[in-house]
Amino acid sequence: MASIDTGGGDSGGHKKGRGVKKAKKLSTRVDMTPMVDLGFLLITFFIFTATMSSPAAMKLNMPKDTDKPEEQNKAKESGALTIMLGKGDQVYYYEGQLAPDGSNFKSTNFKGIRDVILDKKRRTPEDDLVIVIKPNDDATYKNTVDILDEMTIAEIKRFALVDITPQENEVVIATQTANGIR
Amino acid sequence: MPSVKIPRKSTDTDMTPFVDVAFLILAFFIMATKFKPPAPVEITTPKSVSTEILPENDAILVELDNTGRVFFSMLADNNPEAKYKVISNLNQTRNLGLTEAEMQNFKKTVGVGVPFNQLKSLLSTPADKHKDVKQPGIPITDSLTNELYYWVRDAHNAMAGRTIHYMIKADNNAKYPHFKRVLEAFKRNDILKFKLVTTPEEPPTGSPLYKTRLKK
Repeated sequence: MASIDTGGGDSGGHKKGRGVKKAKKLSTRVDMTPMVDLGFLLITFFIFTATMSSPAAMKLNMPKDTDKPEEQNKAKESGALTIMLGKGDQVYYYEGQLAPDGSNFKSTNFKGIRDVILDKKRRTPEDDLVIVIKPNDDATYKNTVDILDEMTIAEIKRFALVDITPQENEVVIATQTANGIR
Repeated sequence: MPSVKIPRKSTDTDMTPFVDVAFLILAFFIMATKFKPPAPVEITTPKSVSTEILPENDAILVELDNTGRVFFSMLADNNPEAKYKVISNLNQTRNLGLTEAEMQNFKKTVGVGVPFNQLKSLLSTPADKHKDVKQPGIPITDSLTNELYYWVRDAHNAMAGRTIHYMIKADNNAKYPHFKRVLEAFKRNDILKFKLVTTPEEPPTGSPLYKTRLKK
């Protein structure tokens, strides 16, 4: 490094008198290595602890339970789509009312249900469309959120999360057994 | 042979810009980091396309883990008296026999996941030791023993006059029946609007929501 040599030896330069020791000029450079080490340590620490994606809230409005038939929301049969959630991420659905012989009962999965919903949305006037979501006891919370999310994705305005009826549950379980889903 | 003298170059490089950038990044991460609030249980939330930001205050948070344990928390940092009101009210109505110190301890408690009959032993341990205590969850099994109902009712009353948010944070693998019973505890209090805590994700390409968001 370039530095100006100011500290001459005892032999050269002007004399300051005998016995007076010359103070050595210390370098002003500081070894920054430990500081930099610590700096990078902190960087790695904060990178690992950083929670970049903060959670988001999903709104869920439930219908009020009521026994009075006049207070219950009516759904047109032609515009109703009932989606049932079962074991093993399986989705079952039917349109309108469930036929006694179960002929309109269909099964699909979470990939297929989106097309079903969009198809139903296209065929139905907007005011008539109601989607009823019925998870059974084997469904997980993730399934429920996923299907509610499908409502947001497909921009369905009217949907409800209600309990599954025993008849529907029977059909779901029968279908599960037939399809070998455990 | 005359040797060509190659001037010896110093191997020292000037590290100053490098260090500058490093500390800039460090400063950024220190600013951007928001530490996770201590949670009583580890919960992996499902993903959704929702974008709404979670409230941090005036909220009741019910957590449900994958084994069906239920935890109750009140997010009321701006209103610590509300937490005290809840516990003193519960103390009277449920005859918990809590001391004043134990009720003060509840203010510092993050989440409670014990039945009422174990609440005294939980609150007699300091709040920062609660994570070491094995908490079995608030009982919600049937309507008679649904203790979450009382928690929600008292918290709702204690924060009356404010807009309260009801948040439910449940694990991916939580069973639907458990979730349903949590909902029932709220519904019996005539609370029908919830916020489910989820991890954000992008809407799938081509879906109606995707198109709407594109227009914005």
